[in-house]
Amino acid sequence: MERCERKTLTMGNIAVAEGAIQAGCRAYFGYPITPQNEIPEYLSRRLPEVGGIFLQAESELASINMVLGASAAGTRVMTSSSGPGISLMQEGISFLAGSQLPAVIVNVMRCGPGLGGIKPTQADYFQATRGGGHGDYRTLVLAPNNVQEMFDFTVRAFELADKYRNPVLILADAILGQMKEPATLVPEYPPLDFDKTDWILNGAHQRPARNLRSMYLEDDDQEDLNYVLQRKYERMEQDEPLAEERWTEDAGLLVVAFGTSARVARAAVTQARNEGIRAGVFRPITLYPYPRAALRALGERIKRMLVVEMNCGQMLEDVLAIVPPDVEVRFHGRPGGGVPTPDEILEKIKES
Amino acid sequence: METKVFARPKSLTDVTTHYCPGCGHGVVHRLVAEAIDHFGLRDNTVGVASAGCSVMMYKYFDVDTLEAAHGRALATATGIKRTHPDLTVFTYQGDGDLASIGLAETIHAANRGEKITAIFVNNAVYGMTGGQMAPTTLPGQKTSTTPAGRTKAREGSPLRMAEMLSQLDGVAFCQRVAVYDPDQIYEAREAIFRAFETQLEGLGFAFVEVLSACPTNMRMKPIDGQHWVEESMCKFYPLGTFKDDDA
Ligand SMILES: Cc1ncc(C[n+]2csc(CCOP(=O)(O)OP(=O)(O)O)c2C)c(N)n1
Ligand code: SF4
Ligand SMILES: [Mg+2]
Repeated sequence: MERCERKTLTMGNIAVAEGAIQAGCRAYFGYPITPQNEIPEYLSRRLPEVGGIFLQAESELASINMVLGASAAGTRVMTSSSGPGISLMQEGISFLAGSQLPAVIVNVMRCGPGLGGIKPTQADYFQATRGGGHGDYRTLVLAPNNVQEMFDFTVRAFELADKYRNPVLILADAILGQMKEPATLVPEYPPLDFDKTDWILNGAHQRPARNLRSMYLEDDDQEDLNYVLQRKYERMEQDEPLAEERWTEDAGLLVVAFGTSARVARAAVTQARNEGIRAGVFRPITLYPYPRAALRALGERIKRMLVVEMNCGQMLEDVLAIVPPDVEVRFHGRPGGGVPTPDEILEKIKES
Repeated sequence: METKVFARPKSLTDVTTHYCPGCGHGVVHRLVAEAIDHFGLRDNTVGVASAGCSVMMYKYFDVDTLEAAHGRALATATGIKRTHPDLTVFTYQGDGDLASIGLAETIHAANRGEKITAIFVNNAVYGMTGGQMAPTTLPGQKTSTTPAGRTKAREGSPLRMAEMLSQLDGVAFCQRVAVYDPDQIYEAREAIFRAFETQLEGLGFAFVEVLSACPTNMRMKPIDGQHWVEESMCKFYPLGTFKDDDA
């Protein structure tokens, strides 16, 4: 359904921040880092307006653990960062996953390794989709590719976090964070609420005391927890994979790309179509759970694929593991700091 | 007629703790529970546990508890208290947790004047991991990672947390106590009560450093552990009230 609300010219980072407000996020803890500073700056003004809490923490380590505390007490809570900051948060993300606590973490990726630069990249795909920290856990990962999706996916992220009691990552990059596009800053439907009264820590009033933890020392308890987590991830893999397909019906070649790369890929494929080349685009929207079934089905009939990423081949590994062995998979990547141009991709399409 | 003169605080569960004989943790648990009972906070409290021997305090406190990552208890507690100012929030942390890996979180929570009660059990070693050097290990003290004794030249001098934190504007109450004998335990009880009262009055950060024995890792008999706290620790870490905004 098309939304008829007024569109306003909005920066991607602002769309994320307003999306959080609209989703009922009432606490933000974070530490400044480019290219996502507009998120905390906007929320430092906006959260108090809606009775929420904004606090600039002393580090990302502190931020994510403040997030954990607020989440345990039942508040919809978010943090955002980039590269080095997201690395520091991995300890806390692992604790959130192990303690089964919801939270939304926005990574406006900057290139690394190390301090890296502030240019766009997709180099944190592995970190985001493999859990990122220690332990056998997963985070849901949403990959927007325009400003409207920065807003919509943030709203969705809060729903998913509460639904599964699990951390959810928004994986964006400097282009998506910094660019402005017309967007509707009103959710498509009233954001879903989930009853948390049976697990939050809000004082043991007229009920037995509760505990939230990730360490289980006795007997098989730790293994049992891990099975509980795995069953949860199976439910996610069953119900949540999401992808966008364009021109796949008659495609002889499929370009597979997410986020900013998918935008560029779409431009390249549009040009290819104008030139009579029957190419299509597959864009995973959830990077975990990966839309495996949809891609595998396409691989049954499209035997040439071109994976395009702003890294040196991270999602490529997933594609290779998913598609039937007779699919010829090629790769075009630009490592951290480089953005592929439509012409570049068009050339690869022609070679593929 | 029989009268009951000693009972288990309501905020403690009826289970035997895993703490070693002569360990201060059990005593400090009891004092915290007495404070929670005294102010009628059992239904309204969230305790934040740290990584250390007290990580399983959820078994012993009959209040809501959350397990924080090693060193992050005060950040985690900040998240709870900021979003739920009506809850009473306390952290329970060892010296490795609060003064080493979590030093930044400690100083910033204190400096922001978070309305949290921090219970800091200083036993001069890393108890849980087997008696390695702590930031509070005394000069000359032998531990499993300072086999010849801690030296100023190599490891630096121990951190005096109560003195340090009392310098910060956000700290409303700051006292160092010990639990090596009944008189000291009584003093400690008073301090812990004041630390909860400070939070209830909304005055700011409340900090109690409790000098406590870890006889197991000191390779001492339980009673000798108490003597060591009295004779060695108290010399380096003077007991006393460093700050009380309400006094
Ligand atoms: C990041 C991290 N590093 C190391 C550890 C291992 N560890 C657990 S408790 C602890 C030290 C505990 O010492 P202290 O805080 O003094 O508490 P105590 O056991 O003495 O009461 C360490 C190093 C950990 N859990 N997490
Ligand atoms: S090891 Fe030390 S701190 Fe830990 S329970 Fe035993 S005496 Fe207490
Ligand atoms: Mg210790």
